Amino acid sequence: MLVVEPGAPETPAVEPGLLDDSAAVPEAARGRRGAGLGRRIWFATWPKVAAIAIGLFLWQLVVWSGWKPEYVLPGPAKVFAELGDLIADGTVGEAISITMRRAAVGFALALAVGIVVGSIVASSKIVRSAVGSLITGIQTMPSIVWFPLAILLFQISEQAIMFVVALGAAPSIANGLITGVDHVNPLLLRAGRAMGARGFTAYRHVVLPASLPSFVGGLKQGWAFAWRSLMAGELLVIIAGEPSVGSLLQNYRNLNNAAGLMAMMIVILFIGIVVDTLCFGTLDRWVRRRYGLLGD
Amino acid sequence: MTVIRLSGVNKTFGSGRGAVTALRDLELEVAAGEFVCLIGASGCGKSTILNLVAGLDDPSTGTIEVDGRTALMFQEAALFPWLTVAANVELPMRLAGVPKAERRARTEQLLGAVHLDGFARKRPHQLSGGMRQRGALARAFAQDAEILLMDEPFGALDAMTRDVLHTELEDLVRQRGLTVVFVTHNVREAARLGDRIIVLSPRPGRVTATFDVEITRPRRIDSPEVSSLAATVTEQLREEALAHARR
Repeated sequence: MLVVEPGAPETPAVEPGLLDDSAAVPEAARGRRGAGLGRRIWFATWPKVAAIAIGLFLWQLVVWSGWKPEYVLPGPAKVFAELGDLIADGTVGEAISITMRRAAVGFALALAVGIVVGSIVASSKIVRSAVGSLITGIQTMPSIVWFPLAILLFQISEQAIMFVVALGAAPSIANGLITGVDHVNPLLLRAGRAMGARGFTAYRHVVLPASLPSFVGGLKQGWAFAWRSLMAGELLVIIAGEPSVGSLLQNYRNLNNAAGLMAMMIVILFIGIVVDTLCFGTLDRWVRRRYGLLGD
Repeated sequence: MTVIRLSGVNKTFGSGRGAVTALRDLELEVAAGEFVCLIGASGCGKSTILNLVAGLDDPSTGTIEVDGRTALMFQEAALFPWLTVAANVELPMRLAGVPKAERRARTEQLLGAVHLDGFARKRPHQLSGGMRQRGALARAFAQDAEILLMDEPFGALDAMTRDVLHTELEDLVRQRGLTVVFVTHNVREAARLGDRIIVLSPRPGRVTATFDVEITRPRRIDSPEVSSLAATVTEQLREEALAHARR
């Protein structure tokens, strides 16, 4: 979902009407922007900080209530101390590097498969009627049900994880592309045809750029699926000598190290948020802003 | 010299019981350098005629001869939102294989001609409706067309902006010696701009009246001559509509 935050940086809109007037508008807007930067950061940050504080407090309340013994459900202080130790001794860094390498390779694989399948389905009516709904079907399948087959095919190996990650993300990416191609404004196609863009040229200069926002939306969703598949995979397919984020999580459960387990969960949450909002969110907003889809 | 000739043109969309006859036995000739306004109620096949002349669609029967390249403009500017204004104007030249340096120079000159210098690096959504249509006009000129086909290009603009654009369009068309087929449902606009006004009947579209506009240029949309002609054309359209409603 896209929300335009109040006071987010705006491209100065050009006033309709006289040309001379419109030149003055960006000037005024620039002045307002410079003064409001500190305020804007504060307004963007404090609700998040407050939410985290409330969340931690509720967690602490549950611990204080004595619902579960502390060795099963440790409080925030203990978990963050453990997290600090794990970061300091390099455990977290190594785990993140293994996991993110897998995520990157798996996502790249999904990207290749998604683009190829998506463009074939988008451009051929026959292929679409044959496999169009199958793509959505695969997308709705929980990726974890692929693991038994993946393990049979690839044993307990990196390939088994990649297979499921790619399968998890590729349908979303393909669907994003297909939806984008389907929903190209017909007027733009007509405009393109009228100036001589037909066939491949129309594809290259009109259809592909026009479908970019939807494609980026597909990437964002694909990432969410890839990340879930990867975590499921790392919990199930544990490869010796590869202490990934998921295998550490499983490991701490086996060792009854509740603080370590929860510390790793925080790491997983953190990676998810960072990649989703910073990478894909930024990309998405950038594309939409360029295309004038943010309504500013 | 005739540059556009439609003879015995029929156009039917769909087939069987759902078929709609958009144009019936249409005869239309446009001379080089002429500014022709097509006017009629919605559904009279005005846009279909432009599509046929532009070669975006084929007639069901009849022949269409067009001597010269055409450029098409719509009610919406239909500039590509992912390109800057300059890149939009440059695109037809890119497609035509014009070398880069020449493209740049011509884009600058065209943007100047439509008073969009200084907005080259803006994106279409950052411009007002009138400016977007100026951009679309520059893009149409970039196609090196001799014939400009305009489908209610100023229909979505406010009266002031439209008035300014009428004058600019008139000047640019004269400078470039273009032939224009201008579709509108605004009678005054037709009387303001056209050398000839062609009235079409709705469903199926046929030519029911032609008015040669003798009013000397420059014209003003609120001048008595334009108003009086507009009243005459409106009367004709009203009769059309009533006849169509009684049928």
